[in-house]
Amino acid sequence: MEFLKVNHLKVYYPIRSGFFRRVVGHVKAVDDISFQLNRGETYGLVGESGCGKTTTGRTLIGLIKATAGEILLEGKDLAKLNRRERSYHRKDIQMIFQDPYSSLNPKKRVLDIIAEPIRNFEKLSPQEEKRKVQYLIERVGLHPDSIYKYPHEFSGGQRQRIGIARALTLHPKLIIADEPVSALDVSVQAQVLNFMKDIQTEFQLTYLFISHDLGIIRHMCDRIGIMYRGQFVEEGASQEIFNNPQHIYTKRLISAIPNVDPRKKQEQIKLRQHVEKEYKLSWQRYFNAEGKAYPLKRISDTHSVAIL
Amino acid sequence: MSNQPVLQIENLRVSFRVHDAYYAAVDGVSLNVHKNEVLAVVGESGCGKSALALSIMGLHPPAKTKLEGKILFHGTDLLSLSVHELNKIRGKDIGMIFQDPLTALNPLMTVGRQIEEGMDFHLSLSSLEKRGRTIELLERVGIPNPNQVYHRYPHELSGGMRQRIVIAMAIACHPSLIIADEPTTALDVTIQSQIMDLLRELQQQMNTGIVLITHDLGVVAEMADRVAVMYAGEIVEMADVYTLFDRPLHPYTRSLLQSIPSAQHPKERLHVIQGIVPPLQKLPRTGCRFRSRIGWIDESEHEEQPILREVEPGHFVRCICYKNFHFPHDHIGDMKYGIS
Amino acid sequence: MLKFILRRIMMMIPQLLILSILVFALAKAMPGDALTGQLAQSPKMDANTLMEMREKLGLNDPVHIQYVRWVKNLLHGDLGLSYIHQQPVTDLLSGRLANTLLLSACVLLLTYLIAIPLGLVSGRWQDSWADKLIVGYSYVSFATPLFIFALVMLFVFGFKLGWFPTGGSVDIQVEKGTLDYYINKFYHLLLPALSGALIGTVGIIQYLRSEIIDTKVKDFVKTARAKGIPESKIYSHHILRNSFLPIAAFLGYEITGLIGGSIFLESIYSYPGLGQLFLQSIMQRDYSVVTALVMISGLATLIGTLLSDIILSAVDPRIRIE
Ligand SMILES: Nc1ncnc2c1ncn2[C@@H]1O[C@H](COP(=O)(O)OP(=O)(O)OP(=O)(O)O)[C@@H](O)[C@H]1O
Ligand SMILES: Nc1ncnc2c1ncn2[C@@H]1O[C@H](COP(=O)(O)OP(=O)(O)OP(=O)(O)O)[C@@H](O)[C@H]1O
Ligand code: SF4
Ligand SMILES: [Mg+2]
Ligand SMILES: [Mg+2]
Repeated sequence: MEFLKVNHLKVYYPIRSGFFRRVVGHVKAVDDISFQLNRGETYGLVGESGCGKTTTGRTLIGLIKATAGEILLEGKDLAKLNRRERSYHRKDIQMIFQDPYSSLNPKKRVLDIIAEPIRNFEKLSPQEEKRKVQYLIERVGLHPDSIYKYPHEFSGGQRQRIGIARALTLHPKLIIADEPVSALDVSVQAQVLNFMKDIQTEFQLTYLFISHDLGIIRHMCDRIGIMYRGQFVEEGASQEIFNNPQHIYTKRLISAIPNVDPRKKQEQIKLRQHVEKEYKLSWQRYFNAEGKAYPLKRISDTHSVAIL
Repeated sequence: MSNQPVLQIENLRVSFRVHDAYYAAVDGVSLNVHKNEVLAVVGESGCGKSALALSIMGLHPPAKTKLEGKILFHGTDLLSLSVHELNKIRGKDIGMIFQDPLTALNPLMTVGRQIEEGMDFHLSLSSLEKRGRTIELLERVGIPNPNQVYHRYPHELSGGMRQRIVIAMAIACHPSLIIADEPTTALDVTIQSQIMDLLRELQQQMNTGIVLITHDLGVVAEMADRVAVMYAGEIVEMADVYTLFDRPLHPYTRSLLQSIPSAQHPKERLHVIQGIVPPLQKLPRTGCRFRSRIGWIDESEHEEQPILREVEPGHFVRCICYKNFHFPHDHIGDMKYGIS
Repeated sequence: MLKFILRRIMMMIPQLLILSILVFALAKAMPGDALTGQLAQSPKMDANTLMEMREKLGLNDPVHIQYVRWVKNLLHGDLGLSYIHQQPVTDLLSGRLANTLLLSACVLLLTYLIAIPLGLVSGRWQDSWADKLIVGYSYVSFATPLFIFALVMLFVFGFKLGWFPTGGSVDIQVEKGTLDYYINKFYHLLLPALSGALIGTVGIIQYLRSEIIDTKVKDFVKTARAKGIPESKIYSHHILRNSFLPIAAFLGYEITGLIGGSIFLESIYSYPGLGQLFLQSIMQRDYSVVTALVMISGLATLIGTLLSDIILSAVDPRIRIE
């Protein structure tokens, strides 16, 4: 049984207009996507700004209501559960946000920030609570005494680790990380990425890793889905997608990554020009008249592409 | 040297006033940029890259900033000029590209007008000629339907289009130097590559010198001819791009290169630079500024006052410890007790 | 644009309807009716005549019929009869409306005339002595209530120094329509308008000052400087335009507030305008006048809001009106 299965998920935002705020149309932020996560893996969601990555993540943890489709966590449809069951299952999915500066309440001590989710679900004595928070804060590599400090006393990377500690308090099984390192410097980025890998084995976590940075996705993910305008254009094992991209949009994304080897400069430019030409010439092969991608088609056990 | 550099910065120090004391964000930086050359300045957030760029353009608020040293542009010291004299140079001979194209454009002015505005003061053209030249510029930076876009407001354009407008503005009067402060950071990868290609193309056509400020080593590798690596307000290493990527010497440069995920060895552990960049007020002002972040290096390896030395032709490194520098073998310690 | 304005005006109809119901209900809920006021003036009237008059005026009809009649009359410009003044409310208002509009316009004009240059100087040369002076002034005028300030002005310049007239809107002896008449009218207007303006500037000065201070560190101002544009042009083309946006939007709302402000000014300067009338009518329970005035100020509020939206969409290209 798959750990998480998403079937034909659609999330439309209403566009309202006029004085009566009538709904005049919809932004199809997520438009019929299906994918699954296996236990313990890291699944990457990539695509350009506005393609629906954040919307997908927020729908999975229940911050946004799905317009259609089902989300099965360990075989249970989250939408069909009653309230008690749902809140029980919601614990299993936690989220890490992009901006470590604004996602932590500056007026609260680290202790309160991390303990907050526990307080909603469990009744612990202050001592037990403190011990638990200290255990977590040590696990994310901070000094146990730092639970009495405030967020502004920490660096960006440390703050992001506090955010991760908070996400870990309820022993989640799935963590949705929405651009967890985009706001951080390269060296701090490295710190957080390493750390996420460390705790993955320790806490047996499954990650849904959202990013627009393909370098980081390649580093972190076992499988990836490439999103374009609310749909998947390609999906499969990370290596296959990077080494053998099939969809023109994927090719374009990959060729756009700057190469860290100055000697490959010319090669990279040529590749880009080549892909760009192909992109212009073969548009119809990959997109329908409305500019939408076709449904995914399986081309191997671990690779699907949206072509006719 | 046969051809004089376009830009020659000598011992520049940029200090900001914080609570009645001045703190140097750029501390003794010297560098040259030649015609037809892209000099990349790399470093992490807060190392003084923007402070350097803004000082070349004279964009620091004078009441809160102290500028020392020399910024020679074609031999003229920009720091000695009055605002009036500087205005004859900036926008005409030096163009600037900013990081965020949305905030860099006036929301109440059509983009055509904003491009023309600089010409008003630098070139004596009739309004018809200006218009023609603006349309030409828009075409040149790859904007479809320039005649329509001319009348558009910034909010009606996409991020990539806006950055093209900013570039058109920067090159409007054929500058011999362009300062680009993180020109692609706010953009998507595909747009980033388009903008990089555009900049390179324009640079080759116009033989401009470019100071390209970025924190992205990939952008450096693709764009730069020479690279200056900055740490805490100082240049710690400078070399041509091939040398720098082939034989990085300074511990900071090497650490940076180790900390980005590589395509060749995907899943490998990344190197973590210990500690944090100290805030401006707490920067060590004597001795090595990077010392605290490579704690495993023996004290005797450090130099008291490390200076920038030319270790091979055109390759400058601040430090002697590069000779014996090594990374710690275990990464386990990386995460422990991140607060020092 | 025209379509937008028309639609906005259409939108005003239900709003006015609701307002009229409220006003009508309020007037009905008040103790006594139109006749009670009259009764106070002629206490000898007996109960029978009263009943007759009630019947004649339709005051015994069901409420909704009374309401419909009232609205019908309203639409025909018949605002009823003032029992205190014994003349149609319409006649009573017409002269005063012009006076109030004139006063409001003067207050507004003076306010902007004073506030904009001060705000500009204050924002552009932040922390200079001029700025400190202006900020000081705005604190003082913020802390001073309008009616006290107006009283002091009246006392000092009207009574003590005798530079200005102390009441009325025009002297009786000057002939209507002559140049003298207009000069005299303006002369009467100046002191109340100035009092109103000097207190009213605070908001705009502070707003403009902080807008300019915010705007001048924006990125697009850096861009403009990087283009080599002289400082004066940077202010006129970039900083000021952007800083004026919210002020322009303010204008419409300002108009709304003026009606309220005129109550104090007109009462203190015994200036024959709507505000003064409003206060009098409330005290004398002259309900037909009160309801008419509330309807007028409601209408003014709606128009002010509309004006704000129109101005804002005219100056800010980001606000599109479909
Ligand atoms: N609350 C909302 N109301 C209406 N439309 C929205 C809302 N949130 C997002 N959208 C739209 O839905 C689409 C998808 O947005 P989403 O935030 O999921 O993109 P994303 O892939 O996370 O982009 P980014 O990389 O910029 O974070 C976009 O077109 C966006 O404008
Ligand atoms: N106006 C200012 N007043 C005081 N300190 C400043 C000012 N501008 C910058 N600084 C400080 O100077 C240092 C260098 O800043 P700068 O903006 O040059 O960094 P940067 O390298 O461009 O970083 P980033 O990559 O984040 O843009 C930082 O520590 C910053 O906090
Ligand atoms: S020797 Fe000391 S001075 Fe030189 S780089 Fe190494 S740490 Fe810095
Ligand atoms: Mg997002
Ligand atoms: Mg910067």
